[in-house]
Amino acid sequence: MSEPLDLSRVDEILDKYHGEQGALIPVLQGAQEAYGYLPEEVLRRISRGLKVPISRIYGVVTFYAQFYLTPRGRHVIKSCQGTACHVRGAKGVLESLTRELNVPPGGTTEDLQFSLETVACVGTCFLAPVIMIDGDYYGKLTPKRAVDALKKYSRTSEKEEA
Amino acid sequence: MKRLSSIEELRRVQETLSQGRDPDRLRVRVCMTGCRAFGAVEVRDAFKKAIEENGLDKKVDIVETGCHGFCARAPVAAIDPHGFFYQQISVKNVPEIVRQSLIEGRPVEKLLYKHPQTGQPVALEKEVPFYKEQTKIVLRNCGQIDPTRIEDYLVRDGYLAVAKVLSSMSPEEVIGEVVRSGLRGRGGAGFPAGNKWKFARNAPGDEKYIICNADEGDPGAFMDRAVLEGDPHTVLEGMLIAAYAIGARHGYVYVRAEYPIAVVHIKKAVADAKAMGLLGENILGTDFSFEVKIKEGAGAFVCGEETALIASIEGRRGMPRTRPPFPAVAGLWGKPTNINNVETFANIPPIIHRGAGWYAGLGTEKSKGTKIFALAGKINNTGLVEVPMGITLERIIFDIGGGIPGGKKFKAAQTGGPSGGCIPASLLNLPIDYDSLTAAGAIMGSGGLIITDENTCMVDLAKFFLTFTQSESCGRCVPCRLGTKRMLEILQRITEGKGELADLETLRELAPMIKDASLCGLGQTCPNPVLTTLNYFFDEYRAHIEEKRCPAGVCKALIRYQIDPETCTGCGVCRKACPQKAISGKAKEAHILDQALCIKCGICQAECKFDAVKIM
Repeated sequence: MSEPLDLSRVDEILDKYHGEQGALIPVLQGAQEAYGYLPEEVLRRISRGLKVPISRIYGVVTFYAQFYLTPRGRHVIKSCQGTACHVRGAKGVLESLTRELNVPPGGTTEDLQFSLETVACVGTCFLAPVIMIDGDYYGKLTPKRAVDALKKYSRTSEKEEA
Repeated sequence: MKRLSSIEELRRVQETLSQGRDPDRLRVRVCMTGCRAFGAVEVRDAFKKAIEENGLDKKVDIVETGCHGFCARAPVAAIDPHGFFYQQISVKNVPEIVRQSLIEGRPVEKLLYKHPQTGQPVALEKEVPFYKEQTKIVLRNCGQIDPTRIEDYLVRDGYLAVAKVLSSMSPEEVIGEVVRSGLRGRGGAGFPAGNKWKFARNAPGDEKYIICNADEGDPGAFMDRAVLEGDPHTVLEGMLIAAYAIGARHGYVYVRAEYPIAVVHIKKAVADAKAMGLLGENILGTDFSFEVKIKEGAGAFVCGEETALIASIEGRRGMPRTRPPFPAVAGLWGKPTNINNVETFANIPPIIHRGAGWYAGLGTEKSKGTKIFALAGKINNTGLVEVPMGITLERIIFDIGGGIPGGKKFKAAQTGGPSGGCIPASLLNLPIDYDSLTAAGAIMGSGGLIITDENTCMVDLAKFFLTFTQSESCGRCVPCRLGTKRMLEILQRITEGKGELADLETLRELAPMIKDASLCGLGQTCPNPVLTTLNYFFDEYRAHIEEKRCPAGVCKALIRYQIDPETCTGCGVCRKACPQKAISGKAKEAHILDQALCIKCGICQAECKFDAVKIM
């Protein structure tokens, strides 16, 4: 079912950083933005392009929270686990999202509609407890209101809009 | 934007801009950063529309500013020249503000902040208790200027400190001034900034680097984000002065990718400064050259540690290494490197501009100047406050922060994030400075100040921080990698009611080992939340262990929910909300919760409007 990857996009990114010291992380960031995640073929291309062993690239990719080796959902939910959110009930919010989506934190729903992630702090402590869905903030949540916030992004409501 | 070729030209541009600025001009300052989450974009658009409809577009400026600090009241806006402060504005309030304040020059009473004690409306921004008690040096421009317009910065003495340095000071004199100011690093450890610069200056090498650490990773701290978003040029100016002082030609801003607005604003600031000849080759026609690049972090808390941050810029796993050699001697690409954080750099222009003597007059003997705190948690006035060092915790929490919501009792203030500690109510009179905090077992850290109340479990809070440090531990050194794991397991047991008193001894034994033997600041400080809660809240640990009871009603294994038949109105909200269908009852009759089905998710309690769901 999967089409062959278009590697020209990663080549463009590699060209942009050609010869720059310390280019690996910006190249990976660019590639992830282009592909949504970091497929093995792309990583191999980066390895050849930057002359960095694939083992080292794998080490970097797995070290940082921002990089993904598997495809992510159409919508990314970031459930803030900062201190302010914690004391205001972030755990309950995360648990109710986990139940609703039936995936653990870090997981993606089978239909690739949602990825559920935790994040250390989004820096909007006045909204605690807060989640971000794509770029939008949903603050001062209760476990129920967090689940309500998902509705707008569900497959059915997207179909209705279309 | 014209490229400035001399210091005189910068001064002339500044004068022209200042003279052209009418202090009586009507301005609407709308926060367009943090307040966005509460609809600031719509509020701004409503102002635009109402101003046009009233034919005022030639007379009124809308200034899209950074954070005003009073995040609890978002979205906020202020009206100049009157200085009216409006809070929790909605789109439908805007026509009223335009009519009454912009046309008639008087405040809209119902939208003003109400004094929490007297209930009287407070019209002026400067009279609002939250602002009145603050001393804004670093945040002087935040909320005042449009951070995307370099002219706005220039008009408020922007880049004058660079002009002063380039025209009349040697690098040694600049360092001397920073040393005399007493400025200590605002990133957490509080190392004297001037001394750090001296080490980098004196280190041999023709290529040197400046790095601005904007990887604000402490959960609960957002001051660096606010400064980068609201006044990015002040950070660049601080970096320029540091570069001149240590002899660096290249600099990096390492910024968290989780801060998208900050990234956009600092990138714009770099581009604008470059176009005006304030960055790049031969700055202001002198032989001083300095370039700045932006590096976006990739999500790792430990990269706030300077050697880990350097590894990350170099494109490697962000793991710390042993020091010495310190980055001042061998940093980025092995060259002498000076790293300060955002708030430290933002202090530099005012120090140079107004003099070290002025700055050293603020604060305490060993902690000079001001500190920004991010107030959050169980506190009324969540937001950013800048106060002189030495102010007591009580004044921050009650006079500025407005106390604890819902009539609850203050329990503890958590400073310094995962590296810090919990300060109990008995120490409310503690002056807030580097040394007093350290003596209390906490640390200043980057300035996160999380307030907890009687419903916060201190054992759970300690577990929360250990969960964080354990997962962020990079794994390079054993004491941190395994020590955090063992401590976390013990805390886990205690919160599940399976702890023993001997566990507390083990915690006390492990903590100093991890502190002494870990490689970097993460491990060296991560036992602090456990130690301070053990010291100040020992009874809570005992209650979990001996009575299998969580006094704050937080630890799931030790609590159960129950519906109080006296208070329950039988409205049915909890019954419908319960994901387990564990609640039954007829309409208008007291409901019953089946303990066998309950998973203790707390939804019923959060949804109940009558406070009928109790924790037992």
